[in-house]
Amino acid sequence: MKDTHESRQATACDGHSQAPHAVEGRRRIFRLMVGLAASATARVGFAGDEAQIVVGDRLVLHTTESSPVALRVADVKPGKVVLAFPFDPTTKKIRNESRLSKILLVRGDEAKMDDETKKRAAGGVLAFSSVCTHAGCDVNAWMAKTGKLLCYCHSSQFDPYDSGKVADGPAPRPLPWLAIKLEGEELTVAGPLSAPAGAPA
Amino acid sequence: MNRNVKNLLGALLLAPVAVLAADYAPVTDARLKNPEPGNWLTYRGNYAGWGYSPLKQINANNAKDLTVAWSFATGLAEGHQAPPIVNNGYMFVTTPGSQVIALNAKTGDEIWRFKKELPKDLLQLHPTNRGVALYGNKVYYTTLDTFLVALDAATGKKVWESKIAEWKNGYYTTVAPLAVKGKIIVGISGGEMGIKGFVKAFDAESGNEAWAFSTVAGPGEPGGESWPADTSKNGGGGTWVTGTYDPETNLTFWGTGNPGPWPIEGRAGDNLYTTSVVAIDVDSGKLKGYHQYHWRDAWDWDEVSAPLLIDTEIGGKKVKTAVHAGRNGYLWVLERTKDKMNFLAAHKYVEQNVFTAIDAKSGRPTYDPARIPGKGPTTFCPSLWGGKDWIPEAYNPDTGLLYIPATNNLCAELLAPEEDLTYTPGGLFIGYPIPDVLGSLRVGKNAGKNIGEVQAWNLKTGKQVWNHPYKGVNWGPLLTTGGNLVFGGGTTDRMFRAFNATTGAVVWEHATPSGVTGIPTSYEIDGVQYVAVLSGWGVDAQRMQGGLDAATNTKTNVPQGGTVMVFKLRK
Repeated sequence: MKDTHESRQATACDGHSQAPHAVEGRRRIFRLMVGLAASATARVGFAGDEAQIVVGDRLVLHTTESSPVALRVADVKPGKVVLAFPFDPTTKKIRNESRLSKILLVRGDEAKMDDETKKRAAGGVLAFSSVCTHAGCDVNAWMAKTGKLLCYCHSSQFDPYDSGKVADGPAPRPLPWLAIKLEGEELTVAGPLSAPAGAPA
Repeated sequence: MNRNVKNLLGALLLAPVAVLAADYAPVTDARLKNPEPGNWLTYRGNYAGWGYSPLKQINANNAKDLTVAWSFATGLAEGHQAPPIVNNGYMFVTTPGSQVIALNAKTGDEIWRFKKELPKDLLQLHPTNRGVALYGNKVYYTTLDTFLVALDAATGKKVWESKIAEWKNGYYTTVAPLAVKGKIIVGISGGEMGIKGFVKAFDAESGNEAWAFSTVAGPGEPGGESWPADTSKNGGGGTWVTGTYDPETNLTFWGTGNPGPWPIEGRAGDNLYTTSVVAIDVDSGKLKGYHQYHWRDAWDWDEVSAPLLIDTEIGGKKVKTAVHAGRNGYLWVLERTKDKMNFLAAHKYVEQNVFTAIDAKSGRPTYDPARIPGKGPTTFCPSLWGGKDWIPEAYNPDTGLLYIPATNNLCAELLAPEEDLTYTPGGLFIGYPIPDVLGSLRVGKNAGKNIGEVQAWNLKTGKQVWNHPYKGVNWGPLLTTGGNLVFGGGTTDRMFRAFNATTGAVVWEHATPSGVTGIPTSYEIDGVQYVAVLSGWGVDAQRMQGGLDAATNTKTNVPQGGTVMVFKLRK
C-alpha cells in the first residue's frame, strides 16, 4: 500500500504530486504484463485490486470459501438478490481476491426486458457488478415495489431493466452489467463487465 | 518553465512554510491538561469534552458583526465533520477520503496535504473523518481502511502507520484519536457489519499497540454471561466517537454502540458493554467502571458519544458527573469515581415511548414490550438516529448550562427481520431488509411543529432552560464560548448560527456553501478571535433527510462540497 504526500513544492506546478503518476505508471505496466499473459484465456479482468472475471467462469455464492458449486437459475429466487463470485470451472479457484469481482444476480421478469437486456440474461437471471459506483458498497437489495436495485450505504438506486442506469441517489454512473449464458444448467460468464467495477478514485 | 523561475517560485512558496515550521509548538501533556485559550488542541477543546472556548472577544452583543475571515475549499464531497484543530498558527482538518490538510490558521493558505491511498475495492459506508489528535510534534488520524497514521506536524511527512483492524472484515475508522500520556487511543466503526468493538491504545512514538479493551465481553470474561453462546463474536459495540479523559483518576471514558445484529432474538441478556459508557485506565487498558444506558438494544441506538465530565452541584451537593444526551432520548447524569459509575438522574429530552420506567437506584430502564421490534411491524420513538446521534453537546462553565443538538418528534417503524441472516466477513450484518431500514422513519405527533432543536439544560436543577426549534433536522455539533455564545449549523438551509448562550436568541447567521455538520472551534492569533467550522453535508445527515423526504413526500437538496469557513469580527 502506498501513500502519497503532497508538499507545497509538489503542488506548486500542477496541483498534483508526482507519486500518483509513478504508481499509476507501474500499474499500467503490470496490467499490460497480466494482459499479455492472460490473452490466451480471454481474460477480461486484471490481478491486484482490479475485478477478476473471465469468460467461461461459473458463479458461486459469495460466502463460499472452498469447493465451489456453480449457481443455477433455480438458485436465484424471484425478488431476492444473490451475491456471487466468479470461479474458474477447471481449477475451481474462486476469483475473490478483490471485492470488485463480486457479482449481483437477480431473477428478472422477462416480459419487462427489451431485446438487448434479454441477450445478456440467462434464464431470466440478470447479472451486474455488485459494487456501487458511488462509494463502493454492495448493492444488495431489490425493492419489490419499484423493481430497482438499492445500495444500503447512501440509497443509490439502479434500474436492472435499463442497463443498470442510475434511478436515484448519489451514484454518478450506471451499475456495470455482465452478460451471462447457460452452460448446461450453470450460470456462466459470457462477456466482460460493461464498465470497470467500483467507485471513481 | 525556466528552471530558475521554477526554483524562485518554489523558494517563494516554501518560505512562509519554513517560518511556520520553526514555530511549531510541541503538544505536551501539560498543555493538553490545561489548554491555553488561544489554541484548540483536542477534539472538543479540553479533555472533559466540553466544546468550550474561554475566548470572549466575540460576544453575544457584537456577534452580529461576524464576517468571513477566510474560507478554503477542500475539493471533496460527502460529510465533513472534523473540528479545525489549531496549534500556534497551524490548523489541521481531516476530510472524507482520509485526507489531512494543514493550513495557516490566519490566512487559510495550505501548508501541506496528506492523502492516504485507499484500496480500490474499499467500501465506504461512512465517507467522513472526525479529526486529528496532536501530540509532541506529530499529528495523528485514522483512515477508512483502518489505519492509525502519524504525520510530522510541520511537514506532513508520514512517520509511521499502524493497522488497527482488517477493513475486509467490516472494521473501519472515522474517529479522531485521543492523545494521553504518550498513548494515542482510538475507537472503531463497523457495528453494521458484525464487528466486535474495542478501544485500542498505541504508543505515540513507535506506533506499537499498547493495549486493547473489547467493548463486547467474550465467554469467560466478566460480562460474558450477558451474551448467549458465541454471539459476542459479532456483537457490534462500535466506539466511533472520541473519548474524554479525567487526569485525576487517569480514566478515559468512551461511549459504545449498539449490539448486532439488530433483532434481539438469539442474544438474550444485557449484551455488555454495548450501549454503555466504559471507564478505562489509560495505563493498563483495564475496565474500571461502566454504566449501561439501556440493555439489549433493539433500536440501533448507538450510545457512542462520550460523556462530558462536569463537576457541578446537584441538590446542593458537589458531584463529579459524566453527562450524556443519549440516542435513546434521555439525558443521563452519572457520578464518576475512580472505580465506579453511579446513576444519578435521567431526563427525557425528546419524544420517547419505549421506556416505561427507570429504576431510581440503578438507572435501568423498563421497556414497553409493544415497542420492541422483532416479530412484526413495530413503531417506536425516537427513530434509529435517536434523540441525538454522534453530534456533540457543549457545556459552558460560565452559564452553567449544557447545550444539546437534538432531534425531536421523529419515530421509526421496523417490520419483520430477515429470515436468512448469516454473517459473512465484511458483509452487512443488520438483520432487517435494507429498504425497510432506509424507509423506517415516521413522523411523531408534533413533527409538524418542529424536528431539530438546540436545547439548554441546567444540570443543577435538571430543567430545560431554553429551546430553539428548527422546522427540519438538526445535525449541527455545538461550540460554546466565554462570550456567552453557542455556535452550530446542522440545518438543510446551510446556515451556521450563533445563539445567545443565556437566552437562546439567534444573534447571527451565515449561509455556507453546503450544510454544516462539522464541529466548530475557536482560537486566537495576534489578538484576533476566530470561529472555524467545516461546511460539507453528507453521510447520515443526508441519509436521514432522504428517509424524512420519503416519509413526508418532500424532496430536499443540500449541495455537497467541503469548505473550511473561518469568521472574525468586522473591523
